[in-house]
Amino acid sequence: MTPLLDVQGLSIGFGDAPPVVQDVNFTVNAGETLAIVGESGSGKTLTCRSVLRILPGAAQLRAGQINYNNGDTVTDLLTLNERKMRNVRGNRISMIFQEPMRSLSPLHRIGNQVSEVLHLHRGMGTADAKRDVLDTFERVGFADPERAYRAYPFEMSGGMRQRAMIAMAMVSKPDLLIADEPTTALDVTTQAQVLGLIKNLQKETGMAVILVTHDLGVVANMAEKVVVMNKGRVMESGPAPAVLGNPGHGYTQKLFAAAPVIPKVAEPSAPLNYDDPILELKSVCKTYTVRGAGWRAKTKVHACIDVNLTLPRGKTLAVVGESGSGKTTCARIALGAEAPDTGSKVIFHGAKGSDPLPVHNMTRPERVAFQRQAQMVFQDPYSSLSPRMRVQEALTEPMEIHGIGTRADRRDKAAEMLRWVGLNPDMLKRFPHAFSGGQRQRLSIARALTLDPSLLVCDEPTSALDVSVQEQILTLLEDIRDRMGLSYLFISHDLAVVARIADEVAVMRQGVVVEQAPPDTLFYDPQHPYTQALIAAQPEPDVNRPIDLSLVANGAGSPDTWPEMFRFDGSAAPDLRELTPGHKVRCHV
Amino acid sequence: MMFIRYAAYRLLTMLLTLVVVSMLVFVIINLPPGDYLSNQIAELRATGQAEGVAKAEFLRTEYALDRPLWQQYLIWAGFAPGPNGFSGLLQGDFGWSFEFDRPVADIVGNALWLTVLVNLAAVLFVYAVALPLGVLAAAKSETAVDYTAAFVGYLGLATPNFLLALMLFYYGNKYLGLPIGGLMDPIYEGEPMSPGKVKSVLLHLIVPTFVIGTSGAAAMMQRLRANMLDELSKPYVETAKAKGMSPTRLLTKYPLRMAFNPFVADIGNLLPSMISGSVLVSVVLGLQTIGPALLTALKSQDQFLAAFILMFVALLTLIGTMVSDLLLVLLDPRIRYGARDG
Repeated sequence: MTPLLDVQGLSIGFGDAPPVVQDVNFTVNAGETLAIVGESGSGKTLTCRSVLRILPGAAQLRAGQINYNNGDTVTDLLTLNERKMRNVRGNRISMIFQEPMRSLSPLHRIGNQVSEVLHLHRGMGTADAKRDVLDTFERVGFADPERAYRAYPFEMSGGMRQRAMIAMAMVSKPDLLIADEPTTALDVTTQAQVLGLIKNLQKETGMAVILVTHDLGVVANMAEKVVVMNKGRVMESGPAPAVLGNPGHGYTQKLFAAAPVIPKVAEPSAPLNYDDPILELKSVCKTYTVRGAGWRAKTKVHACIDVNLTLPRGKTLAVVGESGSGKTTCARIALGAEAPDTGSKVIFHGAKGSDPLPVHNMTRPERVAFQRQAQMVFQDPYSSLSPRMRVQEALTEPMEIHGIGTRADRRDKAAEMLRWVGLNPDMLKRFPHAFSGGQRQRLSIARALTLDPSLLVCDEPTSALDVSVQEQILTLLEDIRDRMGLSYLFISHDLAVVARIADEVAVMRQGVVVEQAPPDTLFYDPQHPYTQALIAAQPEPDVNRPIDLSLVANGAGSPDTWPEMFRFDGSAAPDLRELTPGHKVRCHV
Repeated sequence: MMFIRYAAYRLLTMLLTLVVVSMLVFVIINLPPGDYLSNQIAELRATGQAEGVAKAEFLRTEYALDRPLWQQYLIWAGFAPGPNGFSGLLQGDFGWSFEFDRPVADIVGNALWLTVLVNLAAVLFVYAVALPLGVLAAAKSETAVDYTAAFVGYLGLATPNFLLALMLFYYGNKYLGLPIGGLMDPIYEGEPMSPGKVKSVLLHLIVPTFVIGTSGAAAMMQRLRANMLDELSKPYVETAKAKGMSPTRLLTKYPLRMAFNPFVADIGNLLPSMISGSVLVSVVLGLQTIGPALLTALKSQDQFLAAFILMFVALLTLIGTMVSDLLLVLLDPRIRYGARDG
């Protein structure tokens, strides 16, 4: 049998440089799912885009063939003329992209953008196209297809937009769907929904799927065949059970080692000792008032409701939740960057036994002193460093602001901090663009450390990074915490990352902490339905333990469907109660 | 419905702004010491012409120039009664030009429409040239097309307008038989509208439109090109390409629509900058627009004439920004719905 798609000896390069994709071979059969796995820079995205020939302008296809079998004839997509190629794109082979937020035009209605495919390839009129599109919308799970048809992309959530993208790719009933990191920008439960949707559609229509991803958990749940790529070359390929069950190549093994997993815990751990807290949040609430249009009434959004957290000195407290759970608002309030509602208290203890400092009610000198002690590491290392400042300037600026040391002292300190984070002091004269994502995050950490802080607030410090780099950054953070006696308030959406670094985890849902415990206790005996749903939705890189996509796709559902013990209506959530020592759950007794 | 409400709201704010602008204009014009009449009276006294002094004194009381500034303003704007009852801008009385010794309305009457005509033609020219060239330059960026467009654009920006005007007049007349100077053949001046007059005006408009519009078009083209290039690298363009759209259709449906916003938002700025920028050109080309009149009025402290012209330019600007705001709301759903979503 001729495969549906046969990629042979594909090489892609830029300018005179050596190829960035070299001699890539793989085949996809009809109805099959192939996963291309690799980290950033592995060439996986260029490889999948070359199938549709939508490469960046400077990229050159240097060698190879991509043979596409449309049932009776085989054509080489790389040499097909542009007009015929357009007929393949979106028609026989379609594609969905990583960022659903930016992959749809914000100025055109969803219905318009989706039905365009049918205008282009089927020559359909508006009414016919609309009928087909509404049909597809229903299949991808829009509750109200008519409304989705009229909606603009910005009126939808990320998951909904990705559904719209899938509808756009599916409406022409293609033979092959290429999905480039389709769920990387989404929460775990939304990820499960989208993956489940792709799988179901595949079953219905018999199309093949090329899934490009860096997440081995996603691969294990979706793919029949796997291609592992690194630096433009195929490291290993074969059936998913073989590659994932018994990785032969060293690089694949390294990927597995770096992938964070939720551990299997044998027993709960002892509760934390709160005798010497560095930071306390007491009944913190934050309400945003959203302005209505013109004369419309204002609405209130509760980003945090009665949050009580205590961070013991030298420990790591992680706040976990999906987007919109209020975890970042929490971090900003803890740092004093945002004022909470009245009645909330945030108290900082600079040293053991020193006077407690109310973070939101400080004198000017107190505030300056507090800012020296509490620093932040941001999520996106690409935008948190000014591209116009040399590393030295970026690292010495905090000390300059606080008037610490002489010029030479500051430079020495900056050099020392670079050594701390595993970089070379020679790099002081460079600009940030000369560094990779992981190195930049190291710079970002070094900058936070230059003031010798005692508290570091890390807002998703690894979510923009590759797994192997994430692993290194987490190790670094653990290392400096222990060496410098730092305390971390760690914000993340990833339970597996948190499992590794945290001493206590608070799970947040819609502004409310629903469960709180040391990680071992939490994973040993997750009580709350929301926590359970989050854990269940985390895909594991093991083909023998697939997650039930359709089940976890529902997430925890709405609170009125929860078991009696946790159920509530509206905003009348029950209190947070300590079930066993150190394990707090929001439930009725 | 929402749009109508927004339009009404926008109109209201425009009128309020206009009132504030009128105050500013009036105060600024009266900042230099003295006024046209007091200067004249002093001069007449010095030369001993008594009857002229009497007339000037009469005009001073007639136009309330002997009162405090805030009263003068209220009378001029028509908010308060003057010596002869209510007669200010609101009532359609634009005041008296002392320099020309005629009502302001008489002096600027024709010039107003010609100004609007010349500048509208220039704005249309700017858009008609900048739109296709900007899009083309972006679509074919870093090719000969792009470089040629940029070269022509820079040439347009760098050449002084009046020089361009003189050159165009000379060559236009020599090779194409285009008329030189003025906005119509002298035989039609003061005549009612006729097909011949329209044709004459259109012929006379060619060179001024080109001269006034060139630099604006060059700048706008560069802006549109930059916007388009930004948009072309956005993921949604890739999505459209993966859909199998042809390059032309893709370009016009998606990135162009996005790049259009700043383009539309510029309408408001374009009008006043053209009017003030075209003063020199109008002098050189002998156009009877209000530009030259404004220049004389400001020099001789002919306050009512100057104030009226400044108010007129302000009104055009405000109308321009209002039109562009309303167009933006129509064009961009994000702005339309933005208010609703907060």
